[in-house]
Amino acid sequence: MSNPDTHAPVIALDKVVFGFDDEPVLDHISLNIPPGAFTVIVGPNGGGKTTLLHLILGLYRPDSGRVRVFGDRPGQHPDRIGYVPQHGNLAPGFPATVEQVVLMGLPHGRRHGPGFHPDERDAARQALTRAGISELADRSFGVLSGGQRQRVLIARALITEPELLLLDEPFSNIDPYGRACIHETLDDLGSGLTRVMVSHDLGITRQAVSQVVAVNRVLVSGLGPAITEEMLALMYGQHGADCPMGQAAQVAHQQAAVGPDSRGADQ
Amino acid sequence: MTPLDLLAQGFVQHALIAAVLVSIAAGIVGALVVVNRLVFMTGGIAHTAYGGVGTAIFFGWPVLPVTGVFTALAALLLGGLTQRRRERTDTLIGVIWAAGMAFGLIMVDLTPGYQAGLMTYLFGSILTVSSVDLWLMAGVDIVILGLALYYYRDLLSFSFDPVFARTRGIPVTGLYFMLLLLVAETVVMMIQVVGLLLVIALLTLPPYLAQRYTRTLGGMMLASSLFSLLFCLAGLMASYWFDIGSGPAIIATACLIYVAVVAVEKAGSRLAS
Repeated sequence: MSNPDTHAPVIALDKVVFGFDDEPVLDHISLNIPPGAFTVIVGPNGGGKTTLLHLILGLYRPDSGRVRVFGDRPGQHPDRIGYVPQHGNLAPGFPATVEQVVLMGLPHGRRHGPGFHPDERDAARQALTRAGISELADRSFGVLSGGQRQRVLIARALITEPELLLLDEPFSNIDPYGRACIHETLDDLGSGLTRVMVSHDLGITRQAVSQVVAVNRVLVSGLGPAITEEMLALMYGQHGADCPMGQAAQVAHQQAAVGPDSRGADQ
Repeated sequence: MTPLDLLAQGFVQHALIAAVLVSIAAGIVGALVVVNRLVFMTGGIAHTAYGGVGTAIFFGWPVLPVTGVFTALAALLLGGLTQRRRERTDTLIGVIWAAGMAFGLIMVDLTPGYQAGLMTYLFGSILTVSSVDLWLMAGVDIVILGLALYYYRDLLSFSFDPVFARTRGIPVTGLYFMLLLLVAETVVMMIQVVGLLLVIALLTLPPYLAQRYTRTLGGMMLASSLFSLLFCLAGLMASYWFDIGSGPAIIATACLIYVAVVAVEKAGSRLAS
């Protein structure tokens, strides 16, 4: 179960190749994420960021190469991993309270039946408190705003007190104020928690971020929280300066060069 | 005849018990169908059941068990096909829907001398439910209720967010097939009461209404069952008063109540604003 070596990587990908049908999505990806790191995965849509998370979660199996999470095959430790999926694919009007949604974060098979144990409900309340929304527990999930829903999904991921938190574009469809709040929540979760966040928002780089990697079929990883020229070339290299994408890349590059905490180069 | 005289009749008692048994299954399964957006899939399974009816009639076998097995196999086939080709779900359901129904019609056509009774399985006849049918329905109810209670958490998580549920170790594919099998057996059980063509209405109208008033999946199931029972009883009374078929009467009543509720709500919110 546990790692004897505390410096062993939480996530280790070794020459991972994956594709849908005949279309290659990820090509020889190697990546080690150490305990306590806050890694941000950037890259264009369709570049394979979400697929990479799904491989780590064990939702897909690599065509070749090796994925290890806590030293084991993916999917072995649901209680040690919290997952916040991309917002927006949830059924509107689904009959569930916020507390029930959070309780869905519990791993399968511990208990069965329609009721929830007081221990479990306590854990749900604690997770809601950590996500900063304890007052929403009894509300209907369907009536919440986008930012509130996102925090509920973060609380759902926190209910097992995971060591690893995987977030897939937690800021899509959320207004700037909501983004700032969620950033704060994520920063406050503590340095003991290993965080991996997928984002197509290049302005995401922050002080709390320890590593940025860019994925667009292949992977480029940097050492610090800044986006490197090499990453931009990987993401936007095929666009000229006259193309809006190329311009955006240049703007983002300039901002990234200013400092790690620069924000606002959304596209 | 006074209402009490009516209630003394054996077939009326059978009809009332059938209404209760059908409503339990329809409420639980209907709620799951609606929240999982499987209404079209349910339509496909319901119409494929007709192939089972045709097969039973052609070979002279008992209709309910044969249809039960046939529909279960069709549901598994549909489940397997739509799992593999998710983007083709609509088309695949349409094909199986039409093929199952046509197969049933051909089998009935090929049955020498057979004419009467066909309408029974299209529109149902709750007034001719036998004791054996009631026991079978009670059995299906117990299975559905047992599975829904035992797997409640998993069904909740699976219905809310299947991809996330998979990351929790929940056997999502197994639950999907289980749900389709429950739909199949509920459909077969409801053939007697509302008929194949109207099964969809009793599996969707009560949950649609229930969803407006409930905040939990379990509450939605319970409220759906109660709405379903209300529709069945009101429909039976309408069937008696207006001397019309029980199946269409139940569905017509359900639709009228649904429209009335939505209209009252709309009017209420206009007055409030």
